[in-house]
Amino acid sequence: MRIPWRFLALLAGAFVFLFPFYYMLVGSLQTEPDPSIRGAFPDPGNLTGHNYSEINAEINLGRSLLNSGVFTGGVILGTLVFGVLAGYALARLQFRGRGAVFSLMLLVQVVPFQLLTIPLYVLIVRSYGLADSYLGMIAPFAINSTAVFVFRQYFLQLPEELFDAARIDGAGELNILWRIAVPLVKPALLTGVLMTFIGPWNEFLWPFLITKQQDLQPLAVSLSNYLTTVSARAANPFGAVLAGACVLAAPAVTLFIIFQRRFISSSLESGVKG
Amino acid sequence: MSQQRVLSPRRVERAGGQPPPTRRRGLLGGVFGKHPIGSAFVTPYLVFLAAIFAYPLGFAVYMSFHDYFFTAPGAIVDRPFVGFDNYAAVLSDPAVRRAFGNVGIFLLINVPLTVGLSLVLAFALNSAIRWRTFFRVSYYVPYVAASVAVVGVWLFLFNADGLVNRVLGPLAPDPSWLVNSKLAMPTIAIYVTWKQLGFFILLYLAALQNVSKDLYEAASMDGAGRLKSFWNVTVPGVRPATTLVVLLATVTGANLFTEPYLLTGGGGPDGASASPVLIMYQRGIEQGNPDVGSAIGVLLVIGVLLLALIERRFVGREGR
Repeated sequence: MRIPWRFLALLAGAFVFLFPFYYMLVGSLQTEPDPSIRGAFPDPGNLTGHNYSEINAEINLGRSLLNSGVFTGGVILGTLVFGVLAGYALARLQFRGRGAVFSLMLLVQVVPFQLLTIPLYVLIVRSYGLADSYLGMIAPFAINSTAVFVFRQYFLQLPEELFDAARIDGAGELNILWRIAVPLVKPALLTGVLMTFIGPWNEFLWPFLITKQQDLQPLAVSLSNYLTTVSARAANPFGAVLAGACVLAAPAVTLFIIFQRRFISSSLESGVKG
Repeated sequence: MSQQRVLSPRRVERAGGQPPPTRRRGLLGGVFGKHPIGSAFVTPYLVFLAAIFAYPLGFAVYMSFHDYFFTAPGAIVDRPFVGFDNYAAVLSDPAVRRAFGNVGIFLLINVPLTVGLSLVLAFALNSAIRWRTFFRVSYYVPYVAASVAVVGVWLFLFNADGLVNRVLGPLAPDPSWLVNSKLAMPTIAIYVTWKQLGFFILLYLAALQNVSKDLYEAASMDGAGRLKSFWNVTVPGVRPATTLVVLLATVTGANLFTEPYLLTGGGGPDGASASPVLIMYQRGIEQGNPDVGSAIGVLLVIGVLLLALIERRFVGREGR
């Protein structure tokens, strides 16, 4: 029998990709950190939920999760409202400057965001006084350009006759968008929400810069502050950090696993047709 | 699904709040195109791009040529034009030069590794194989997980006394990975490769759908083996995707901040893993010199653009 090399190689790859996550979970449940090889297997005598209560006492997980949620929700809302409008216009409406807007949308995707950090910090924190506010957190991410691109691709795939017929009937563009186009591209909306979600949920640098008040920090920021400053004093710093890491990683990973079929196939499609 | 339904009515409300552009259609239709309302639809997005990208970009350039410092809001102070002073300060700063060198090391490891591994894995995944979905999902998981979370477990794994060194036994490097000035940056490069790979695998998977099956058939009729047809059909067939992967990996590298900040405790040991964005943050915000920080940012953008042009030439020229 032939040895399935390809399958074995993929399996080894999957192990490399998944093991750190497994180890994160196991480590977050250990009473004593056990970095030995045996420690990679859960030992019933060394299991505890204490790390979770410890990290919760230090950084208030509920409040941090709420902040992450408001930040992410705001970005998703902005992207769904204004991104769908822009994507529809770019796909189905002929107006002056459409080509320029489209080029701009593509250009923006290659501008490294971190490079705008300093001027944005000066403007948002110093000039507009939006430090320690959700608005300041959301503003730089408010419309996800990649999602606009995906919306456009989906609207492009709809047959033109549909729109012609509606226009002959005298429907306004907003009505056409809302009653005809949007119901037909629901999968695109879901894709847009999913790909927009991981950006702000995982974002670190920007909220880190503008939130100094602990009760406004998203989980990524409060966890990293714990990691860099407080953890040295804790009894089992790794356990507490890994517990926080599990809480931070779980929502994005869970959403992705639930929707992976749609997520992967739609990004494939938009890639092929782009 | 329920989320969309909750959100949807609001969109109509907001969009309806804009001035009714339908009236303009008859009058200015010829000048503004067939559907001038399109301009109204893209206006919020354009305002966003202007406020978040264009204006800050110009502002960064402005700051980098002036003696700019933080003041109380509303205070009117003189911020004299200083020419290239900030750039001179940046270029003569050994920490900045080191950081740019570090990012060079990062890119030399990260970009080839990313292109090679993601193409090979995408190629392997593109065939009918058992557990295909499982593999796709597992390769993608690191990409969707927050870097701050994953850094926590890498610290645990690559600790001097961590699992990786225990497995390696006598082969473990001393000093350990993240506190070793020769290995800190390569370890970060490998971490980022690992974390981003799933995204690039998807890009290649999409590109592979475009490679015609006929080409593979023709190659096998010409007697080309698997390896040969991979090299002569697949690699040229996905060249546009390769260009994109190289560019995106370069931009990611230029953006490096979270990893040196957390994984090596702020670019340690002794600046060996500091990245330009980290230095930009330290100089610009921690030390209160946004003018110097902006100059670093502008230099970084110019560097990325030059590198992107070179890469495009290089990757593109190999094409047929």
